[in-house]
Amino acid sequence: MSVLLEIDNLHARVDNKEILKGFSLTINEGETHAIMGPNGAGKSTLSYVLAGREGYEITSGTVKFKGKNLLSMSIEERAREGVFLAMQYPVEIPGVATSTFLKHSLNSIRKHQGLEELDTMNFIKVLKQKASELGINQDMIKRPINVGFSGGEKKRVETLQMSILEPSFAILDEADSGLDIDALKVVAGGVNKLRNDKRSMLVITHYQRLLNYIVPDFVHVFADGKIVKSGNKDLALELEEKGYGEFIGNKY
Amino acid sequence: MAATSQTKKTVEDLGDKYKYGFTTDIESETAPKGLNEDIIRFISKKKEEPEWLLDFRLKAYQFWLGLKEPSWAKIDYPKIDYQDLYYYAAPKTKEGPKSLDEVDPELLDTYNKLGIPLKEQEALAGVVAVDAVFDSVSVKTTYQKQLEEKGIIFCSFSEAVHKCPELVKKYMGSVVPYTDNYFASLNSAVFSDGSFVYIPKGIKCPMELSTYFRINARNTGQFERTLIIAEEGASVSYLEGCTAPQRDENQLHAAIVEIIALDDAYVKYSTVQNWYPGDKDGKGGIYNFVTKRGACRGKNSKISWTQVETGSAVTWKYPSCILQGDNSVGEFYSVAITNNKQQADTGTKMIHIGKNTSSTIISKGISAGYADQTYRGLVKVSPKAKGARNYSQCDSLLIGDKCGAHTVPYIENRNPSAQIEHEATTSKISDEQLFYCQQRGIEEEEAVSLIVNGFCKEVMKHLPMEFAIEASKLISISLEGSIG
Ligand SMILES: Nc1ncnc2c1ncn2[C@@H]1O[C@H](COP(=O)(O)OP(=O)(O)OP(=O)(O)O)[C@@H](O)[C@H]1O
Ligand SMILES: [Mg+2]
Repeated sequence: MSVLLEIDNLHARVDNKEILKGFSLTINEGETHAIMGPNGAGKSTLSYVLAGREGYEITSGTVKFKGKNLLSMSIEERAREGVFLAMQYPVEIPGVATSTFLKHSLNSIRKHQGLEELDTMNFIKVLKQKASELGINQDMIKRPINVGFSGGEKKRVETLQMSILEPSFAILDEADSGLDIDALKVVAGGVNKLRNDKRSMLVITHYQRLLNYIVPDFVHVFADGKIVKSGNKDLALELEEKGYGEFIGNKY
Repeated sequence: MAATSQTKKTVEDLGDKYKYGFTTDIESETAPKGLNEDIIRFISKKKEEPEWLLDFRLKAYQFWLGLKEPSWAKIDYPKIDYQDLYYYAAPKTKEGPKSLDEVDPELLDTYNKLGIPLKEQEALAGVVAVDAVFDSVSVKTTYQKQLEEKGIIFCSFSEAVHKCPELVKKYMGSVVPYTDNYFASLNSAVFSDGSFVYIPKGIKCPMELSTYFRINARNTGQFERTLIIAEEGASVSYLEGCTAPQRDENQLHAAIVEIIALDDAYVKYSTVQNWYPGDKDGKGGIYNFVTKRGACRGKNSKISWTQVETGSAVTWKYPSCILQGDNSVGEFYSVAITNNKQQADTGTKMIHIGKNTSSTIISKGISAGYADQTYRGLVKVSPKAKGARNYSQCDSLLIGDKCGAHTVPYIENRNPSAQIEHEATTSKISDEQLFYCQQRGIEEEEAVSLIVNGFCKEVMKHLPMEFAIEASKLISISLEGSIG
């Protein structure tokens, strides 16, 4: 099995505050890893750093993606190389139809991959198909992206984007927050459909429940800027029972 | 005696009236710099205008002399020396570039981005005559025939003066009198040329008035004057301008557009203004001082202005509607983009006079770089305008933190039954939005253009289809380099 992503001893700070404090993790092709950890541990920070968002100062460590130095790439290069981040808080873009947004996105990526850009007709066909699989109705994809979407709708649309863009590495930052039980199954179903022996996922969540649907190969406990414990899916059950107390000293 | 020498003689006969020592031969293609009565007589003579039109020009000139250049707008530009300008130049025959190789590569780059066909590029850049692009004689006659069959008159303003003087005389200055404002008076005195449209009773114009003329109408000079008349039940959609950038040596442009809509008539007027905005530091660029106004004279009449303003160094422009007829409707949809050091003070006036008149104002202003922009709008409801309604929405979008946007709505309501709504917002393109787009593989400039086009959508949808696609590309081009 070949390595897809290799994070080694990563340190990063925001506003002079160190958030990632020696984070290391290796993900092979086809693996799904789950990260669980208390609020404020730095999970979203990790996902932003991997996606290349500005405002994060990397003080030491390396990240290799498909053997290349991920940290020297621009945000869009990373995306085009196959890094996808389903965001915890997707942002609203008034006036830009979800379908228009996604078409620009898909074609930027296809162009980079040397594929022909899809015309509107073909694109809409693909989009409608995938949208209905995720229980997203046709009206929704005409609406401006994320504008006035409910929490659950936003998460579905993030999943829709992922299934259209077919990234090689997807980070799901709390893809389950705000979802009702039915929606949780739909979103998990969408994610599972994408799983194969090449594609890898990093699933950030607070709830063991999601991992009943998206069954991970590994579970990591993330506390105070690094991984403090790793195990298989049973670790999630253990955490559910005991909480994070043993990892964060006696703060709680 | 041949016509030209006869004209020459007439001008010579004016003799001692040339008190400013202006003795340019009538066959000369330009008049010397400066503005005085003789120059105006020269222009009028050159165009073989009737006496009443010369009188109109002279009265306007006399009035203009007594006016002061307005200073209330939030724009700042060096003082214009009106004696240092040319007021008459014959349509240019001067040598242009011989091939596209000799044309400013930046300009060609923009043409390509807009997807303008090569032949048309050559015409725009002045390499070939417009006639070389379209078989102008045949295209023109095909269109003209279609229009003539319906009794529609569509020609240059100068032609109209000879073809239908009674219409010109009746309506010219009836919406924008020569006393209206400084720039309107100046235009009335020295206007060069423009378009004339007359749609007879009950006729719907079978085509957008522009298609062929998008290039042809360019050589109208810096003091353009347009008059559009729609008789009872008539309708027309008129497109002004061109999405391709227009280089122009003339710094000052002061145009007038007058529209008259009688009972049940509908006039839709769309503009894409893309004059040279000047360079990054604000050097060069056009000063654009325009007076555009439509009168809904008849009941149930409607006038709709749609504008996309991306060019010019300074823009001063308030396309307005006078809603005289009962139930008449005025609309103003505007996108104005200012980048680098551009300045724009633009908006509209909706004057409600008739009963149950209604107006809609949607203004989208985008400011980037060091640019400054003001929306200035007036909604006025007269005591008689029972049941008048207005809805105004003015949104500003800022890109970066060195630019400015201001909204100045004036409301004068004299009728208690009127309903007036005004909404205004100011927003910024956020880092979060850009990050979101980029994370999906869209690069920053494309993201900005996507977000801005989304912001303008409500206005863009009012543009005729053939304009809309180019206009949206134009928005992207205007904002290039506005980030980072
Ligand atoms: N721009 C910033 N300036 C200052 N502190 C920040 C900034 N961004 C994040 N932080 C801090 O970094 C820490 C980690 O935040 P992060 O969002 O990564 O946590 P998280 O693990 O995703 O938490 P949650 O489970 O609540 O989503 C928090 O203490 C947060 O307040
Ligand atoms: Mg988080």
